[in-house]
Amino acid sequence: MTKKILIADDEVNIVISLEFLMKREGFEVVLAADGEEAITKIREEKPDLVLLDVMMPRKTGFEVCQELRSDPAMQDLKILMLTAKGRDTEVAKGMALGADAYMTKPFSTHELVERVKSLLGLAE
Amino acid sequence: MLSAGVLFSVALLYLGLLFGVAYFGDRSAEQGRSIADSPLVYSLSLAVYCTAWTYYGSVGRAASSGVGFLPVYLGPTLGMALAWLVLLRMVRISKAYRITSIADFIASRYGKSQLLGGAVSLIALIGTVPYIALQLKAVASSFNLLVADPDAQVGLLSDTALYTAVLLALFSILFGTRHLDTTERHEGMVTAIAFESIVKLCAFLAVGLYVTFGLYDGVGDIFSRVEGKPELANLLRLGGDGAMGYGSWFALTLLSMLSVIFLPRQFQMVVVENVNERHLRRAAWLFPGYLLLINLFVLPIALGGLLYFGDSGVDPDTFVLTLPVAGQLDGLALLVFVGGLSAATGMVIVESIAVSTMICNDLVMPLLLRRRSWAQGGQQDLSQLPLLIRRCAIAGILLLGYLYYRLAGEAYALVSIGLISFAAVAQFAPAMLGGMFWRGGSRTGALAGLAAGFGIWVYCLLLPSFVKSGWLGSDFLEYGPLGLNLLRPEQFLGLEGLDPISHALFWSLFFNIACYLFFSFAYPPGAREASQASMFVDIMRRDPSSLAVFWRPGVGVGQLIPLVSRFLGADRTMHAFEAYARRRGVSRVEELAADADLVHFSETLLAGAIGGASAHVVVSSAVEAEPLGLDEVMGILDEASQVRAYSRQLEEKSRALEAATAELRAANERLKELDRLKDDFMSSVTHELRTPLTSIRAFSEMLQDDPKIDLEQRRRFLGIIVAETERLTRLVNQVLDLAKIESGHAEWHNAELDMGDVIRNSIEATSQLFAAKSVAVDVSLPEKVSPLWADRDRLIQVMINLLSNAVKFVAPKGGAVRVELSERGEEALRIEVADNGPGIPLNEQATVFEKFRQVGDARAKPAGTGLGLPISRQIVEHFGGRMWVESIPGAGASFYFELPLERSEG
Repeated sequence: MTKKILIADDEVNIVISLEFLMKREGFEVVLAADGEEAITKIREEKPDLVLLDVMMPRKTGFEVCQELRSDPAMQDLKILMLTAKGRDTEVAKGMALGADAYMTKPFSTHELVERVKSLLGLAE
Repeated sequence: MLSAGVLFSVALLYLGLLFGVAYFGDRSAEQGRSIADSPLVYSLSLAVYCTAWTYYGSVGRAASSGVGFLPVYLGPTLGMALAWLVLLRMVRISKAYRITSIADFIASRYGKSQLLGGAVSLIALIGTVPYIALQLKAVASSFNLLVADPDAQVGLLSDTALYTAVLLALFSILFGTRHLDTTERHEGMVTAIAFESIVKLCAFLAVGLYVTFGLYDGVGDIFSRVEGKPELANLLRLGGDGAMGYGSWFALTLLSMLSVIFLPRQFQMVVVENVNERHLRRAAWLFPGYLLLINLFVLPIALGGLLYFGDSGVDPDTFVLTLPVAGQLDGLALLVFVGGLSAATGMVIVESIAVSTMICNDLVMPLLLRRRSWAQGGQQDLSQLPLLIRRCAIAGILLLGYLYYRLAGEAYALVSIGLISFAAVAQFAPAMLGGMFWRGGSRTGALAGLAAGFGIWVYCLLLPSFVKSGWLGSDFLEYGPLGLNLLRPEQFLGLEGLDPISHALFWSLFFNIACYLFFSFAYPPGAREASQASMFVDIMRRDPSSLAVFWRPGVGVGQLIPLVSRFLGADRTMHAFEAYARRRGVSRVEELAADADLVHFSETLLAGAIGGASAHVVVSSAVEAEPLGLDEVMGILDEASQVRAYSRQLEEKSRALEAATAELRAANERLKELDRLKDDFMSSVTHELRTPLTSIRAFSEMLQDDPKIDLEQRRRFLGIIVAETERLTRLVNQVLDLAKIESGHAEWHNAELDMGDVIRNSIEATSQLFAAKSVAVDVSLPEKVSPLWADRDRLIQVMINLLSNAVKFVAPKGGAVRVELSERGEEALRIEVADNGPGIPLNEQATVFEKFRQVGDARAKPAGTGLGLPISRQIVEHFGGRMWVESIPGAGASFYFELPLERSEG
């Protein structure tokens, strides 16, 4: 069964690249351009994993993460946070809020795919 | 022989000259060219110490006791040597608390005691009147001597002494009580006295030179002749027969030392008339130098006279005059007469002014102020009252002096009054010196000491002088009162072998000091006294302007100014208060805080006019003071007075330290804030750099991994890569640009330019953007635009930024941008760039100029770095202008900037 991935980022070009990448790996892809949209889409589409950008309008990735983790229905959802701010404190904060993994931009596409797969239990 | 007419005219002429000198001195002072403000004049004015009594009498003393005349001059020399210890203190204290007489000094020191002030004034008056009589007598007898009628008993109307007294009273009133001043200095009088000192010195030196080198063949000649006469040779030996014992030497030296400090006229000259305390340093050797000069020929004249007249019975006191007369030198005799007149008048003038101040401030005013209606309430102007009292007092003192002279005549009580007077004022010494150096001296102690000392003085000196004048029976002197041998006035308690002056000085000072100490210990200072004591004792250490005033007043400027005006006059009072306000750093008198210092200032001001004790009565009648208890004050004083000065310094230092710390803290905060801003900036820049890099890397990797991506896709991805690279380049450029502008390293190529041109060029440059979105541009420029001094490229940068922002946000359909240039008066140009887009929400209008702050919906995220507006604003501000935004959400946004028209720097 194909896994469903939600991509939440406000940078159009990044969304395009991620969408292409994930689709090429055979995942079903849902898009969201800000934090609120991400939450609505997650509740609607129930993806297996979300690629969550931190700096987003309306709701930041941290807020989205926190909200999802406080919802018991969302416990199985894997969250991979992406941020252009590479400070250690940001990483620590993301992990503390319940993210499963954290990657800084710019990332290697290979690494990202590997991470996504391992989070979804698809690793060879 | 000289005729009475000539002598009289010369005397009158001389006094007229004196008037002229005094008038000149006063005028110069008023015109700001103070003559008295010179160490030389100051030192000469101190020579008022040399009166007619010493002028004529020292030769007499030398003729009877040889070098025994010296102590009268050694004492002052020693006294001046101690000037730094005692006189400087007195000057400083008196200036700080506006003390104008000895009575005032003692009264103020001991808790502003009226009783004490009155007592001192009375003693001074009693000691002074006979002394003044002596001066009048000197003038009169020298006059009579020159008209060859030494013993003429003249009638009242032809009595020289009377005219002298009247003229001197007039002079003293004119130059001693011209106006009531808070400093009580009389520069005209000082100038005249300095002048007189020169006259008497010249006259005495002239007669000395005449006797030594005219009559004889120099000093050596006189002395060798004296050696031939055993009865005269004795005079040249210390401790020889008939000469004074060591006890007398010591006593006389001490006596003169005390009198040069405590005689009312000396206090007046040394302390009250002192313009600058540094003059004291010069006077400390100039004045003794003067004394040395005037004494140079005393012994030669005395010995020469004795040799010349032999046993012919000529009074040695008159040698100074009789020697020139005998030599038929009328001119020299006249000069000597004028010198003697100088010595006499100088003394009388200063003494009467000094004593009249005491009488007014410490005897009459306190009595008047007993009537509470005088002290408070009443609105009548009393500023002329103290002057009137002083004038009456001067007239009264001279009248008394004249009467005493008429009554006493040749009596011992008059002739010997010089040293007796000295002994009277010596009684002030314990209270004065104790008061300046010992905190524990109390009012009761001072009163008891003065009373005892003065009592002994009356008993051991004054009464015996009456006896010797034949006014009292001699039994009293020989056998003591009621035959009590032990109480004989001149052998008191069995003390024998001392001359009467030394004897009296010993006992009076002994009892004075003993009582002062005993009663000071028995009745220690009260709260008010302790506060005053500390002010006096610590004068060298403390700043007199900050005083230990231990109470809180209930009055302000409103009540105090009228109060002071009543005694000082409105003008002087306002002047003084204005100066005080300036010192306190307040611009207007009305704004002065009603604190203890203000009340103290008012009291000090009044003290100069009516004396410390009276001023205290007047002010405290108006001020509802809440004194602290004695224990509290003593507690404060014990520690405070010593530690106060240090602790004030410490406080200042710690305040300075606190201030420095606060500054450092603030600077540190600013640095931290800057650091935080820089971190934020760096973090933002990092974010903005990473975002395009992310796309570029992702697409590049995907294209690399998968060469089989179809062409369409491939072209799209490459397009994104190129766009993101451009974005990256723009960002780097703008970050660098901003950094340059902010750090001041940007280059500015300023020139005169036409803002209209700039706008037209900018619109042209952006026409592609407008065309692409078919946005209409409405440009409104005035016909003529004032030229501007600025960097053309930078302003085009600003305009393009605003225009491209506007294009980004215009309404999707019918987008329109309006550009308007207008002149704000002659000062500035205003440029407006308006769009018809969604506008900017109120809460974002303030932050729109912050770095990396982009407005707008995320979906319609505009392609921009978020640095355009911050840079534009920096540029505008660099030219001294400002930039802002006005927007009604939903109705478009208008960006404005103004540039000043005057040439800006840069």
